[in-house]
Amino acid sequence: MAVGDALAAVSVTLTRRDLIRYAGASGDFNVIHWDERSAVAVGLPDVIAHGMLTMGQALQVVTDWLGDPGRVLEYGVSFKRPVVVDALLGATLQFAGKVLSLDESARTAVVEIAATENGQAVLGRARATVQLA
Amino acid sequence: MDTSFAGRVYPPSQPYEVGREKIREFADAVGAAHPAHRDPAVARALGYPDVIAPTTFAIIVTTSAADVVVYDPLLGLDYTRVVHRDQRFVQRRPLHAGDVVTVTVTVESARIVAGNALLSTRGDVYGADGELITSAYASLVSRAVQL
Repeated sequence: MAVGDALAAVSVTLTRRDLIRYAGASGDFNVIHWDERSAVAVGLPDVIAHGMLTMGQALQVVTDWLGDPGRVLEYGVSFKRPVVVDALLGATLQFAGKVLSLDESARTAVVEIAATENGQAVLGRARATVQLA
Repeated sequence: MDTSFAGRVYPPSQPYEVGREKIREFADAVGAAHPAHRDPAVARALGYPDVIAPTTFAIIVTTSAADVVVYDPLLGLDYTRVVHRDQRFVQRRPLHAGDVVTVTVTVESARIVAGNALLSTRGDVYGADGELITSAYASLVSRAVQL
């Protein structure tokens, strides 16, 4: 492993069904994530995905690579752009990752995650610090 | 928004018991495919007492705990205009099935910038024995009303 190493990229298509599933799993029933009229009423083009759903999905790039999903020490993101989820087409997100830094003595690594939709970043400063084996 | 709320610490939340099926449900919802979220034997082989939760699972308990702050009428935040700006977790160890946790919320900062109300909270998730398991840092923005 070396700084700059790329992690296997993942593409995920989120549908309205996924948003409703996440609402139930997380307890976040904000109407803008499942009701078009409510989303439009607050100035959004359509229903948008929970930022926390995108954040949760994005971490899979890291945990797939890490092998043990419990060895995440820190994980943070900023929410840059809403992910608009069309009723028929859903929204397709691309997640990629690369090793930003390594601490050989502590056996930790910092991974930067890129989360994009049609080439535009939906998350900013998405970074995870992980404990290596 | 009352910016004097910065530094305020709220009383601990009601206890929440982390269950295997809730972990499975949440893992399915965020695409976390690893069997350590579902199979206790796999989790034990990795050194955990039971199935482990994805890192962002803590949001279930930290958001409801932070809602006490966000919806506190004395704080005066216009929550109809709130947008989630940043989220970060600092995890000492993963949550696992059987954990009974409480959350203590601290207002890290409460500021007004260019008419926008910026609220940052930290939710510390403690196990039944008082062990700090994970901390969730959330930054919310309540956008200024455009006149």
